[in-house]
Amino acid sequence: MTNTNAEDYLRMYRQMVRIRTFEDNANQLYLSAKMPGLTHMYSGEEAVAVGICEALRTTDKITSTHRGHGHCVAKGADFKEMFCELLGKEEGYCRGKGGSMHIADQSNGNLGANAIVGGSMGIATGAAFTSKLLGKDDVAVCFFGDGATAQGLMYEVMNMAALWKLPVIYACENNGYSEYTRTDEIAAGSITARAEAFGMEAFQIDGQDVLAVNELSQRLIARCRKGEGPFFIELMTYRYHGHHVGDINREYYRSKAEEKDWRENRDPITRFRSWLVEEGIASEEEIEAMNAEIKTDAAAAVEYALAAKYPDASEVDMHVFTDVEHALA
Amino acid sequence: MRNITLSQAVNEALAEEMRRDESVFIIGEDVAEAGTPFKVLSGLVEEFGTERVVDTPIAEPGFMGLAVGAAMTGARPVVDLMFGDFIFLIMDQLCNQAAKTHYMSGGKLNVPLVLRTNLGATRRSAAQHSQSLHALVAHIPGLKVALPSSAYEAKGLMKTAIRDNNPVVIFEDKLMYNDKAPVPEDEFLIPFGEANIKREGHDITLIGTSSMVQVCEKAAEILEQEGISAEVIDPRTIVPLDEKTLIESAKKTSRVIVVDEGHQSFGITGEIAGRINEKAFYHLDAPVLRMGAMDVPVPFSPALEDITVPTPEAVAANARLLMSGEMIHAA
Repeated sequence: MTNTNAEDYLRMYRQMVRIRTFEDNANQLYLSAKMPGLTHMYSGEEAVAVGICEALRTTDKITSTHRGHGHCVAKGADFKEMFCELLGKEEGYCRGKGGSMHIADQSNGNLGANAIVGGSMGIATGAAFTSKLLGKDDVAVCFFGDGATAQGLMYEVMNMAALWKLPVIYACENNGYSEYTRTDEIAAGSITARAEAFGMEAFQIDGQDVLAVNELSQRLIARCRKGEGPFFIELMTYRYHGHHVGDINREYYRSKAEEKDWRENRDPITRFRSWLVEEGIASEEEIEAMNAEIKTDAAAAVEYALAAKYPDASEVDMHVFTDVEHALA
Repeated sequence: MRNITLSQAVNEALAEEMRRDESVFIIGEDVAEAGTPFKVLSGLVEEFGTERVVDTPIAEPGFMGLAVGAAMTGARPVVDLMFGDFIFLIMDQLCNQAAKTHYMSGGKLNVPLVLRTNLGATRRSAAQHSQSLHALVAHIPGLKVALPSSAYEAKGLMKTAIRDNNPVVIFEDKLMYNDKAPVPEDEFLIPFGEANIKREGHDITLIGTSSMVQVCEKAAEILEQEGISAEVIDPRTIVPLDEKTLIESAKKTSRVIVVDEGHQSFGITGEIAGRINEKAFYHLDAPVLRMGAMDVPVPFSPALEDITVPTPEAVAANARLLMSGEMIHAA
């Protein structure tokens, strides 16, 4: 094993733990009533965002979903600006105007989370269109859930992406539930077959195995850069929390035994940690030290965000238009 | 100055901007070889190729969404929506995505996109190909809305729209595509938010948009023969709206009729009338009148369709009522 690979693996582990730690803190902020509104936890799905984003460059674009913190962290965002955004503070990525469901980080190619289920499928496809139009080799990845496969927009843009060979990857995070409804109750037939109907190569993969996700992503992204896109990946995964943080009593749609099984037997972080130790890439002590460091970073970022100031009231009519400082002045 | 059709004016504006900026592209249904059903885009694909004049499947939400993403990442799409009525199909991408992206990102992401579409009844196209839906779009913060009233405006406003870094929706009057007007050969742009006083007058102000500018001008000619001096103003863009010019005229003439081809209720006419009431109330000698399209779906039969849209005669008749003071007694 080369050093470069070892570094890559450790960065993947670190990014997955950063997502989990971010979400644990966000959940606490909600439970202690320190965060305005609701949020949707990515915990359990870390290998999907990290496996894919670790195969991307900064100039590659992603679009994200209402369950978007994982994508944002994985594409390179910092805790401080993220927590500030979740709390509606001026130093947030969107100056507090977007919040959890609209967090965007254009400096790292994150075109934003989207609160309309399936709403960003056109945007990701358009980013790929720009890449081709302007002769770049940037790739776009569209993250969306199994629930979004019921939206018509997906089929319209996949048709165009396939016709025009756009460098886009449709990454379907199938966590088994469309909000409070089992996926098999909302999705007829096969999800990958729908992409195949457009002549697109489609893959189904274990979304809890970060190495498998990363290996496939690297291969498909390289092919996209050569003009062989688009592609479709269905990543089988699971969300540990409810649809949102307030969805606590959920036994009417899924059992505690099922949740326990995924957490205890298929957790992407535990699995990858065991592998790192077995392969001698990191010791238990090194991993514990990394975990502790991330925990400290997150706690510091939360403290910072809680103390940070809200935007001035004068910002309310700013950023409506690019060329007018105050739209209502 | 040469006279060209509105259709040619739009075509010229697009060609000039596409020559100037390689990131500008056109996308929509039958925009390339077909040049749209109205033939507005004829010849563009020959010059710019199918990479920049892109024929799409019949999938309005899809190509609108694609254009939003393209705009966010460095391209400048001009989306061709064949009929204004199809705007209902793209509402999420236009109003939830394009309009809000700059704001929701705290000013970090821009959507420099032009949506060109049309409005206007009396083409015997019935209820789903005849609506004037600009009020729906103007209601949403983050979208600019331009309403060209002749070939001259169609060219100047289109060029400004393409250079704007915000989403802009342009509604062309589909009955006016073959109407000619003087358009300079030299390059020109028309800034947004500057109303055009088409005709000066001192007794009454007629504010008309798009197709209704001609109606107001014809009404003014009728009124002139009766000794009534009407001022005709074309706002040209309703977002941003040149409120100052409208208010000043209202204060000067003390009587105003607002004429627009959108449905009268909850529409552009009510918005403009409301602003004049708020800012020129003590200068008015009569209530501000709204004249929009009738609040019915556009009917097919010519016998019915023609009575749904304001006419010069109807505008002139209302102007006489305002001049006579009868409207005050009616209130």
